[in-house]
Parts: sequence; structure tokens; C-alpha cells
Amino acid sequence: MLDMSVYIALVAFAIAMIGIVFRAIKGPSTADRVIALDSLGISLIAVTALFSILLRTSVFLEVILLLGILAFIGTVAFSKYIEKGAIIDRDRHK
Amino acid sequence: MSLLHLAIVLPFIAAVFVPFLFKGFRSVHTGWFVLLVPLALFIYFIQYMPVTSSGQTVSQTFEWIPSLGINFTAYVDGLGLLFALLITGIGSLVVLYSIYYLAKEKEALHNFYVYLLMFMGAMLGVVLSDNLIVLYMFWEFTSISSFLLIGYWYDKERSRYGAQKSMLITVFGGLSMLGGIVLLYLMSGTFSIRELIGMSDQLMADPLFIMAMLLVLLGAFTKSAQFPFHVWLPDAMEAPTPVSAYLHSATMVKAGIYLVARMSPIFAESGVWLWLVAGFGIFTLFWGSFNAVKQTDLKGILAYSTVSQLGLIMSLLGLGAAALHFDTLDDNMYMTATIAAVFHLINHATFKGSLFMMAGIVDHETGTRDIRKLGGLVNLMPITFTIAIIGSFSMAGLPPFNGFLSKEMFLTGMISVFELDLFNLNTWGILFPVLAWIASVFTFIYSIKLVFKTFLGKPQFDKLPKKPHEAPIGMLISPLILVSLVILFGFFPNLLANSMIKPAVESILPSLTDAGQEVYVNIYFWHGFTPELFMTLGIILTGIIMYATLAKWQGIYNRIPERFTINGVYDNGLEKGESGSFRLNEFIMTGYMRSYLIYIFAFFVAILLSTLGVRDAFAIDTSNLAEIRIYEVVLALVLVAGAITILFAKSRLTSIVLLGVVGYSVALFFVFFRAPDLALTQLVIETVSVALFLLCFYHLPEISRKEERMKFKIGNAVISILVGITVTLIGIASYSNQSFESISQYHIDNVYDLAAGGNMVNVILVDFRGFDTLFEICVLGIAALGIYAMVNFRGVRRQKG
Repeated sequence: MLDMSVYIALVAFAIAMIGIVFRAIKGPSTADRVIALDSLGISLIAVTALFSILLRTSVFLEVILLLGILAFIGTVAFSKYIEKGAIIDRDRHK
Repeated sequence: MSLLHLAIVLPFIAAVFVPFLFKGFRSVHTGWFVLLVPLALFIYFIQYMPVTSSGQTVSQTFEWIPSLGINFTAYVDGLGLLFALLITGIGSLVVLYSIYYLAKEKEALHNFYVYLLMFMGAMLGVVLSDNLIVLYMFWEFTSISSFLLIGYWYDKERSRYGAQKSMLITVFGGLSMLGGIVLLYLMSGTFSIRELIGMSDQLMADPLFIMAMLLVLLGAFTKSAQFPFHVWLPDAMEAPTPVSAYLHSATMVKAGIYLVARMSPIFAESGVWLWLVAGFGIFTLFWGSFNAVKQTDLKGILAYSTVSQLGLIMSLLGLGAAALHFDTLDDNMYMTATIAAVFHLINHATFKGSLFMMAGIVDHETGTRDIRKLGGLVNLMPITFTIAIIGSFSMAGLPPFNGFLSKEMFLTGMISVFELDLFNLNTWGILFPVLAWIASVFTFIYSIKLVFKTFLGKPQFDKLPKKPHEAPIGMLISPLILVSLVILFGFFPNLLANSMIKPAVESILPSLTDAGQEVYVNIYFWHGFTPELFMTLGIILTGIIMYATLAKWQGIYNRIPERFTINGVYDNGLEKGESGSFRLNEFIMTGYMRSYLIYIFAFFVAILLSTLGVRDAFAIDTSNLAEIRIYEVVLALVLVAGAITILFAKSRLTSIVLLGVVGYSVALFFVFFRAPDLALTQLVIETVSVALFLLCFYHLPEISRKEERMKFKIGNAVISILVGITVTLIGIASYSNQSFESISQYHIDNVYDLAAGGNMVNVILVDFRGFDTLFEICVLGIAALGIYAMVNFRGVRRQKG
């Protein structure tokens, strides 16, 4: 029963990811794409977690944590880039 | 190392000291020191004469590379000794002549004598080596030293052209000869000529035999200036006259003759050999004499004359091979051909050497070698005239000089072709005497022209750059010695018969003497009213008539267009070869990375697909496949959609984001396929590289940030699709052809017991196969340092200027 629901959830997330990728492809603005990439990362967390349940393993826990951090960092970096045109400022000593 | 070896390398050793002698004794002409070398060697080699004339040989081995069968085996027999005496004897005379010819104040004598000694040593090595590789080594030494000697006046453009031409042609031949030597070694397993001779019957049956023969002959023909490789010799006349006299009449051009004579016992049983050697020889004889008549330069005439006389010797050697097909030597006329070849070889060295020296004297004392400006020198230069007339008459084949005797024997050999019913010689063989006769007429004409236009006729001293006068006595000694030999051999030819000619002929045709037969050499002036006597009379008569009417028929020489001459072909070929390869390079090496990538990928596809097809290696085996799960399909769709969209993305930023999508999907695949470590690493690396791509994108110049789709190119599309298909096919085929089990069971079993770890991937990375990891770390270190260097040191070179 658990497996069945996990399968259903996986397929649902897969469909969601297709939608996200459609958005990443379509755009229209860069911000749309960045948000799509961020959601893709979050979906990946979910898929990884569901998959761990399916495989009855805990080794993918680190992947989940890492994905969370990376999705955050990546989105922040992209946002800063879109806003300031640079990711790492050189003017901090001023 | 025996005394014989020392004698061969003595010129090389002496060459080392020449520059010191030149610098140390400026008041003495360096040539005087050099003269001692060939003189000593000549006296040394004379001592071998009793040995060889009694039919014995001397062989000394000095081990060089014994493991490869390459030993410096010095071997003295009749043929080798004949050449060694020619080289050292004429070498002494040429050195003596050069002392007076080259002024010690103006010329770079140290260069000249170093090159000359190098050449002398190389020639001695060629004729006295029994090992073919050693022979080849000395052979190339002669090519190189003759290149240096021809280009001696390197500031003259014609000298450099002549040196380059002779180098290209003779080295081409030398390399072919090396090929022939290697083939002979493959057939027999030895480099020794004497052992090869012993195996000649077995070699004849080998399929490589003809190829080896052709390659060896190519080497001999290029060196001996046979048609169509004779073109380098006339251009080599830019060398100083002593060099022309030595290299291009007496020694180097006879290296090919020597090779043919030396290899005769191996190859001569074959009809191909007879036809090739005799055929090319006779045509070269005709072509050289025909072309000599139109030359206006004294040395030009002599160069073409050398070409033609070498052809004569070559054709005699070819016909001499027919002697092998008869069992008895009684009335063996083909033996006469070989005797004539050896005799003419000696004669040619004497008279051609003296004629070159004569040309050098004329050039030296009048300032020109152009026969159109010369004339009437007989009263001013009587001794030179005497030399010229004896040399030329001997060359033309007039009695009582030695040229007459060898010419008569030559005609005897050529007429005897009729009676030979071997290898279809009785049909096409008619060409031999006919061409020989015509060539002899032309020989007569140019010989007469050489003397009469230079020394007789009306004087035109106003055209000459210098006021002519008789040469100093020192310059006349060498040619006088040579012409006295011409007369001596003319009157007493049998002086040479048993001492020199007989042992040489025995070396050329050893199988006959081995059968217990005696070579009987008897050369005499008068052999009755034979056909050859009438032919000689005809030659003289026709020659006189044609010389008298020279002006009327000289026009035919201008009928041959420049393009169809061999020189034209050579020049054109060189130019076309250069421009052709330049254009080919221009066409292939476009300088664009994309075209090189197209070559690489096209060959990748062509080679792999054709291999797959030829070896019939493609197979699909579905027995070992895993079950396909629905989420894998969906993820694959995501990945494919992302990858394909990158190609059609309009903006670069979209491409970068989509690349991130692809990378994250791959990470998810790693999760699906239970590879947590890979998934972790993949996620981090993907994030970092997307960030780096963004960095690159941000720094693009404004102009190239133009939002534009990638242009569609049909060729690129085809190649990329083919590459994809190829890789897919190979992936399927290799998965279907698994031939053995994976070794991973070992890792599974031992990951805890041997390595004390639970994470198998990590244990493999740092324990089972830690070496790879070490160097991956190294790669990362290099990359980091490289990036640091590129970022920080980019201005350094610019600042330094």
C-alpha cells in the first residue's frame, strides 16, 4: 500500500517536473526560468525522499540536504546576478 | 681495426686536421698537405695488385653492430681495387691540380679540402665494403659531400640550384637503394654481398626479387646519371673544375656503375636485369651524345659526354650478363662486353679527367668557358691544345688512343646482340647496334667541336675577359699525366689486361670462373676487316660530314619545347609539387576549429561504423536487460527535452539554465540507480559549473551578446546525428557482447574485511584504486593553479613588451 502511494507520488512529481521544465524552456523572462530551476531542485528533493522510501534506504538523506542548500544558493546567486549583474561584489572593502 | 680499415677512414681522419693546417700555415697552400693522403693511399693500394691479379681476395672484418649483422667488412677484390686505385690515383692528380687552380688568398680552402677528403673516404668506403648497410652509409656520404662540393661557391644562385638538384635526385635514388637492400635482407637474412652471391639461385625464385632489383637499379641509375635521372649532372657543373673532374667524371658517377657491376652476380641471371641495364644504358648513350652537341659551355659538353659514356659502360655491363647463359667461354663474345666495360671505365676516367682539367685551364686563363667566344687559342696555349686533342680523339674513339680500343670492343659487343637468342633480343635487339652507331657519330661530332671551336678557327680575343696565355706548369702536370696514360694504354693495352681488367671481370662474373674457366683478356689494335672496323670508318666519315654541315641542322634542337625536356619536367614537377602541397594545406588547414572538429568527427564515424560493418560486430541481446520503470521514462523525457531545447534556445542564458536542468536530471538518475555519492558530487559540480557559465556569459562583449539562434548547417546536423547513432550502436553492441563477468564481486566481498570500510565507492576511490584518485587530485590542483595564473598574470607579457 505504501509502495503504491509512493509510486503515485513519484509519477505526480514527474509530471510536475515536466511542467517545470516546460516553464524553464518557455520562459518568457529569465526570472521565470530561475524560479523554474528552483522548483526543479525542490521537486528533486521530494523525488529523492520518495525514492529512499521505495528503496528502504537512508543513504540519500545527504543528497536531500545538499539539494536544499544548493537550490537556495543557486537561486540567490541567480537573483543577485539578475539584479546587480555580478554575483560576488568587489567593493566590500570600501 | 686493421690497416685496411684505417686506409679507408684515413681521409676522414685527415679531414679533421685540415682546418687547423689551413689556419696554422697560411703561407703554404693547404692542398700540399692534403696531397699526401691520396698519394699514400695510392701507394698502399698498389700493393694489393699482385694479390688480386693472382685471383685472391682480402677480407677484413671490424665489428660494428654485430647483433644486427652490420659489420664493417672491408673486402678487396679486382673490382674494388680497380675503383680504389682510380679514386686515389685521380684523387692525387686532382688535388695537385686544385693547388694551382684555387688561389689560396681568395678561396675558403679549408672547406674545400674537408669536403674533398670526406668524399674520397666515402668513395673508398663504397667500393671496398662488403656489407650493404655500410656501403649505403658511405653512399650517402658521397651524396652529402658532393652536395657540399657542388655548392662550394654558395653565394652563386646556380651553384645552390645545382647542389639542391643533385642532392634531391641522388638521395632519392639512395633511399630506393636502401629499400632494395632491406628487401635483399628479407629474402636472404644477410647484408653481406658475398653471401648474397652464394644464394643467387635461391633469390631468383623469390617473389621480392624483381622489386629488389628495380630499387637497387634506381639507386645505381640516379647516381650514375642514367636517363632520365641524368639532369643533375649538367647542373652540377657549377662546382669548381677540380670537383667536376674528380666527382663528375672519374669517381662518384661511377659509383652507380660499380654498384651494377658488384650486384651483377646476384641479379644478372634474370632477363629483366639485362634488358633494363643494357636498355637504359644504350638510350642514355644516345641521349647524352645527342644533347652534348648543342651545348655551348665547355663543361656542359663534357657533362653530357659523361652522361653518354656512362650509358655506354652501363649497356656493356648489361650485355655482359648474357655471358652467364653460355656454358663455355670459348668464343664467348658477351664476356668481351664485360671486358670492354671495365676497360672503357679506366679509359673514360683518364681522358675525361684530362678534358675537364683542360676546360678548367681554358676557363682560368681566358675567363670564359663559352665556345662561342673562344677560338684560335692553339698558338697561345699549345700544351693545353695537345691535351685537348688527345683527350677528345680518345673520346671520339680514334686510333691510336685508348678510346679507340674500347670503342671497337663496344661495337663488337653491340653487334653480337644479333646472335643472342635470349629474352627476345633477336627482335628488338636490332636497336642496340643502331643506337650505338648513331650515338658514336654524335660523340665524334661533339669531340671534334670541343677541340676545334676552342683552339682553332679565328681568334676573337676582344671578347675574352682576360688576355689568354699558357697555364702555369703546375696546372698542366695532372692533365699531362692523364693524357700520357691515354697514349700508354692506347699502345700497350695489355699492360692492364692481367693486372687490372682480368681480376675485375672475374669479380663481376664470378660464377664463370668458379666453374674453372679462365678469363682471357687480350686487347689488340688490329683485328682484321671486321664489321666494327667498317662501322668506325662510317662513324668518322658521317661525323666529318655532319660536323661540316652543323649550322644547317642545328635547328632541330630548338624544335623540342622546354616543357618536354627532362629539366622542364623536373623544374615543373618541383614547382607544382610545392604549390600543390601548399594549396592542399591551405585547403585542409583552414585555421577554424570547427572544420578540424568536422574532420575528427567524420573520421570517428567513418572508422567506427565501417569497423562495425566489416567485422559484423553489431548484435542486440535482450536477455540481460532490466525492467523499465515509469519514473525513469519520465525523467528521461525531461532530460531529452532539456538537451534538445538547448540546441534551439534563442538566448544563451536559456541554454545555461537548461544545461542546469540536464545536470540535475542526471543527478536524479544517479539517485534512481542507487549511487548516492555520485548524486551528491553531481549536484555540487553542476551548480558550480552553471555559476561559472554565468560568469562567462556576463563577461561576453556586448557585440556578441546578440540574441540569435544557432545557425542551422546541414553538414553539422548530419555529422552530429551520425555521431549519436554511432555511439548508440556501439553502446548496444558492447552491452550485448559481454564476454566475462564483472570483477565487482571481489570488492563487495572484501570491502570490510580488507579495507575496513562500509562505503564501497569510497573504499575503491581511496583504497583499492587510490592511484587514480591521487592524479585526479593532481588534475584539480593543476586546473586551480592554471586558472590563478591566467587570471593574475595575463598582463605580464604585455607589460614586458
